Amino acid sequence: MSMHQRRLDLKNGCVDLSHGAGGRAMAQLIAGLFHEAFGNEWLARGNDQSAFDVAAGRMVMTTDGYVVSPLFFPGGNIGSLAVHGTVNDIAMAGAKPLYLSASFIIEEGFRFDDLKRIADAMGEAAREAGIAIITGDTKVVERGKADGVFISTAGVGVLPDSLDLSADKARPGDRVLLSGSLGDHGVAIMSKRQNLTFDTEIVSDSASLHGLVAAMVAAGGQGIRLMRDPTRGGLAATMNEIAQQSNLGFRLQEEAIPVKPAVAAACELLGLDPLHVANEGKLVAVVAPDVTDAVLAAMKAHPLGRDAADIGEAVADDHRFVQMATSFGGGRIVDWLSGEQLPRIC
Amino acid sequence: MKYADEFRDKELAVGLARAIRAKADPARAYRFMEFCGGHTHAIARYGLEDMLPENVRMIHGPGCPVCVLPAGRIDMAIALAERPEVILCVYGDLMRVPGSRGSSLLKAKARGADIRMVYSTLDAIALAEQNPGREVVFFAIGFETTTPPTAVMIRAAEKKQLANFSVFCNHVLTPPAMRAILDSDTPIEIDGFVGPAHVSTVIGTEPYAPFARDDGKPVVIAGFEPLDMMQAILMLVEQVNDGRHEVENQYRRAVTGSGNQRAIREVAEIFELRDQFEWRGLGSIPSSALKLRPAFAHLDAELRFEMRELVVADNPACECPAILRGLKKPVDCKLFGTACTPETPIGSCMVSSEGACAAHWTYGRFRDHQRRLAS
Repeated sequence: MSMHQRRLDLKNGCVDLSHGAGGRAMAQLIAGLFHEAFGNEWLARGNDQSAFDVAAGRMVMTTDGYVVSPLFFPGGNIGSLAVHGTVNDIAMAGAKPLYLSASFIIEEGFRFDDLKRIADAMGEAAREAGIAIITGDTKVVERGKADGVFISTAGVGVLPDSLDLSADKARPGDRVLLSGSLGDHGVAIMSKRQNLTFDTEIVSDSASLHGLVAAMVAAGGQGIRLMRDPTRGGLAATMNEIAQQSNLGFRLQEEAIPVKPAVAAACELLGLDPLHVANEGKLVAVVAPDVTDAVLAAMKAHPLGRDAADIGEAVADDHRFVQMATSFGGGRIVDWLSGEQLPRIC
Repeated sequence: MKYADEFRDKELAVGLARAIRAKADPARAYRFMEFCGGHTHAIARYGLEDMLPENVRMIHGPGCPVCVLPAGRIDMAIALAERPEVILCVYGDLMRVPGSRGSSLLKAKARGADIRMVYSTLDAIALAEQNPGREVVFFAIGFETTTPPTAVMIRAAEKKQLANFSVFCNHVLTPPAMRAILDSDTPIEIDGFVGPAHVSTVIGTEPYAPFARDDGKPVVIAGFEPLDMMQAILMLVEQVNDGRHEVENQYRRAVTGSGNQRAIREVAEIFELRDQFEWRGLGSIPSSALKLRPAFAHLDAELRFEMRELVVADNPACECPAILRGLKKPVDCKLFGTACTPETPIGSCMVSSEGACAAHWTYGRFRDHQRRLAS
């Protein structure tokens, strides 16, 4: 019997049910496409799991699912987004991300060249972040049972003993720092949605933030109370979450919050509030007043924090309101978004 | 942002706020209704109430087409969408509007009804062309502003001879709703109106003349930007002080006396008045809504699918009727913030973010909170 097997036709081929069936076709897909893209010593051993050394300190673990539509958008694709999103969830603890897992649910008929673009983007994002995707899984479902491809990840990282970021550490008078402009990811996604296509120069801000976090921790140490990445629900949801968990109110200054003119214009047109629009490469930090200047300076010195700003402060408030002084001169509440502003942005 | 930021200038706002404070007579109250949801949104979004003196109060009107759509019409749309041959096209903000017994288009979609969110009437036309084997129905809602686009869509469907396309028409009219508020059995407490912005670009300023002339209520047509609102409020305060009651046009950069004649003609050729139409919060109002003329009956979904008229009574505990007439505030309603919240809206004023109760829930609560702290 011949062991000859045709190479994956990465240019014109597509995924069929055999690629998830556990047979030779699946092995070929994993070796020819995923290993190629992720290339690292752990995957090369071909085990169902990967062993790695455990560093000193505490470990953090996170898991996340990615169903973004469209799969390819200005500034990235579902693959790079999956790496950035998982890395950021680890980084928000102040931790150093180490390893990721990636599980793919692929719809029958999905093109190999698209899958390769996604896997390559994941590999590149992982290399840039200095982490490795060390284990994975592939399933194929019938046409119509998924929308192209869904990706689930898990991630682990290590946390220095000295750091324990948590919302209950926030105190009245603490400052709120934002790492850059709001709404870029959500608007970039929306500009490519079916029925809604509009031209904009806005690209997603999707990026791994652990480098920025490390710079902030070096500058502010334990003066950093907590960090969050304002993804779904935008800054408004994140600030309300922090208010609930910290038992504090917050007072924001609209004038201090950076929003790019093109994002502001798109939101104006679509009737959205940039405070509710998703970000994938921004963080918000609550920091003690005495380290605010140092942390803000460290943020501005980092490429991903160039537009960082001090946007407000924590206040004692049993009602845990997030208030904002508007740039017009009045005041308002910044509330959670009711319902769904835009499904499947990540 | 050019052509928007100029109308959001803080220093001009402070100047207008100072002028309003100087002109407002501390011995009397000024209660103005902004009819449109767009104005309500501007008040909340920019925190305008903080910039007004205590005795100048804004009453949020019924001018949000989503809010005033009654549960019965939503139930009718759900029944239509549940037909296997139908694709129902709706604007996104309709999805969460409550029908009877906790139903909504969002829930109907989850159960399998084919409901598509569209961003323009032309998306609905495209869907009909792409799905020749299905019946595509456009759920048309809105005041005079959105009626011309529906008219354009109907013309396009005619031209393309689309056999699988129809319209579930729910277009409503502004002046009859203002009339219903003014003709209320209980005396209303409104000293003047901030007149609609976009609606007036279509219908002009003339249709408001009777409210000024016959009812003695000042009307100032205003744009949706915050400076437009502030200037309109100042103009209303001046009218009240002078004992005048006129229709004034603050929004001269977009509104003319006679409106957009071409749009008015086009709408008149395609639509005619309904005898009665049910409004959530205001009840049945005569000659307040449109339906397709008999010449376009083949495009009328109500006729094509023999849709049964459904009328569902508003929740009796809901205070929307009194809130919409300026007689009560959202916090006076037993349901406000308990059974009725933005996540589970009951009355018209909570349904859309531009409704009076939703605006108060979102932006106004902390003002009450601050007042309590101050007192």
